[in-house]
Amino acid sequence: ARYRKVDEDFFEDLEEILISADVGVTTVMDLIDELKMEVKRRNIKDSNDVKEVISEKLVDIYYGEDDETIEDLNIHHDGLNIVLFVGVNGVGKTTTIGKLAHRLKNEGKKVVLAAGDTFRAGAIEQLEVWGERVGVEVIKHSEGSDPAAVIFDGIQAAKSRGADVLLCDTAGRLQNKVNLMNELSKVKRVIEREVPGAPHEVLLVLDATTGQNAMSQAKTFSESTNVTGIVLSKLDGTAKGGIVLAIRNELDIPVKFVGLGEKVDDLQQFDPNAFVYGLFADMLEE
Amino acid sequence: MAFEGLADRLQNTIQRIKGKGKVTEQDVKEMTREVRLALLEADVNFKVVKQFINKIKERAVGQEIMESLTPGQQVIKVVKEELTNLMGGEQSKIAVADRPPTVIMMVGLQGAGKTTTTGKLANLLRKKQNRNPLLVAADIYRPAAINQLQTLGKQLNMPVFSLGTEVSPVEIANQAIEQAKAEHHDYVIIDTAGRLHVDSDLMEELTQIKENVKPDEIFLVVDAMTGQDAVNVAESFNEQLDITGVVLTKLDGDTRGGAALSIKAVTDTPIKFAGMGEKLTDLEAFHPERMASRILGM
Ligand SMILES: Nc1nc2c(ncn2[C@@H]2O[C@H](COP(=O)(O)OP(=O)(O)OP(=O)(O)O)[C@@H](O)[C@H]2O)c(=O)[nH]1
Ligand SMILES: Nc1nc2c(ncn2[C@@H]2O[C@H](COP(=O)(O)OP(=O)(O)OP(=O)(O)O)[C@@H](O)[C@H]2O)c(=O)[nH]1
Ligand SMILES: [K+]
Ligand SMILES: [Mg+2]
Ligand SMILES: [Mg+2]
Repeated sequence: ARYRKVDEDFFEDLEEILISADVGVTTVMDLIDELKMEVKRRNIKDSNDVKEVISEKLVDIYYGEDDETIEDLNIHHDGLNIVLFVGVNGVGKTTTIGKLAHRLKNEGKKVVLAAGDTFRAGAIEQLEVWGERVGVEVIKHSEGSDPAAVIFDGIQAAKSRGADVLLCDTAGRLQNKVNLMNELSKVKRVIEREVPGAPHEVLLVLDATTGQNAMSQAKTFSESTNVTGIVLSKLDGTAKGGIVLAIRNELDIPVKFVGLGEKVDDLQQFDPNAFVYGLFADMLEE
Repeated sequence: MAFEGLADRLQNTIQRIKGKGKVTEQDVKEMTREVRLALLEADVNFKVVKQFINKIKERAVGQEIMESLTPGQQVIKVVKEELTNLMGGEQSKIAVADRPPTVIMMVGLQGAGKTTTTGKLANLLRKKQNRNPLLVAADIYRPAAINQLQTLGKQLNMPVFSLGTEVSPVEIANQAIEQAKAEHHDYVIIDTAGRLHVDSDLMEELTQIKENVKPDEIFLVVDAMTGQDAVNVAESFNEQLDITGVVLTKLDGDTRGGAALSIKAVTDTPIKFAGMGEKLTDLEAFHPERMASRILGM
């Protein structure tokens, strides 16, 4: 590889590449300031040596105050584990449930799905296709029925079948719709009431192509459902999803999985180091 | 709200200038810095921001602002004007073919809102122009995509053309046009599967459909929450398909929607409609001026 001099030009390019990865302009400017000091302090001259420092700083931003590794899914509990999926419209909730069901089933777990999106046209059928594809049972009501009632039935069915994990789908909703956010809180309360300690995870699905609005999504969904983890979907495109750094830093919500396509196998555990490197790698590898 | 408005952001600079009676280039520099931040926080693409700021600087160091009694307000006015200009005028017209049916193709990334917008457009065409559209289920990939469109068709009481998932989308589109002619539909709206702009096989499929059915409109459907990647997506779809219009969806949310500006800048194609909700009546003409205010947070 050809190395570049670490000069003003280099920092300007870095600023642009991180902004274009949706890291967010304030986060990027703070980072660049810190980097400049660090580079001076360590007397770094070329881009190969600065690579490590950039990664370090980005990973620092990601972890913020709290650097416990909690990228694992919290579903090791004996008995029924419940995972609730939430997020805005079209981000990949239903697809991720299909992929995660496949993954858990391969780990030997008995999985049941609950079709909690009773609103969107074809949503129940979509989850049923995934259920068939993966070979797991789907609990459903008819379109237009109360989502909390579906989830309640899903829990009873999962219990009676001795399932290990129940994955609950919900309808996509924009975070500024108060009544829809209240509906989600209600779904969560049903889960809490029926199974002590549940939900074991509330996963917010974020579309990697989303820009700064993802922060508002994370804040508002956390307020209504206490989100425990993020699934960053659609990372197989050209978008980088850099906003999750600020989300993790400010709200302490870790990314647990990344979505890399539309097939059953296209779900991977999140790796912070690989992720941050991916944010600026293009610049060094050109 | 996640962002502060531009006017709020410029307050400090404005206060300082007020006392001075004269605006220096340094003042303009500070103001454009704030404008740059506001635009980037609204997800306008950084390249587009750069060009835009240069334009503002040109106007701002001119007499118009320097000699104004309220330079701060003047800057905001100039910024908004330029932004509105860049977005173009209101253009919610849909093409009409010389010989019916008029064919519309819906394209875009996964989950952008194509299928929903297909239903909304059909509803609009019938309500506003008394048209009789045929909806075409050409997404054979997404689980239950056909079912989704059929459900919308039922809600609208409108026919949906489908050949299941075993026939190629090109063939589906071709046969749909034949059926539309035979049954005297004046519009055909083809719902295609979501795909990445870098997926060459699936993009080639769209090119094939286009060559076969010669659509009068190709609408790129884009999620208003899209970040910096919007330019890559829009540029790429436009290069490969030469889109004729853009539909911006999910504008009922609280996103600033800077992607709108980026898309307009790189495709020079009008944003024709705005999706304002999940219901089939939630489609509106796109208003460039309102969008400019929204991006700036005013
Ligand atoms: N390329 C790519 N596409 C994805 C990924 N995850 C989901 N999709 C696609 O994105 C689209 C929307 O996915 P869904 O799973 O229906 O999203 P959702 O959040 O359940 O949507 P709603 O229920 O309508 O809110 C579908 O076309 C999926 O195939 C991913 O990781 N990569
Ligand atoms: N709030 C809101 N939701 C919308 C709007 N347009 C579409 N949606 C929702 O966004 C999600 C995705 O919409 P679809 O129409 O399935 O998107 P698509 O582009 O056809 O998705 P794929 O076929 O999977 O690529 C659904 O939950 C829709 O209800 C809008 O303007 N506002
Ligand atoms: K064009
Ligand atoms: Mg869904
Ligand atoms: Mg669709």
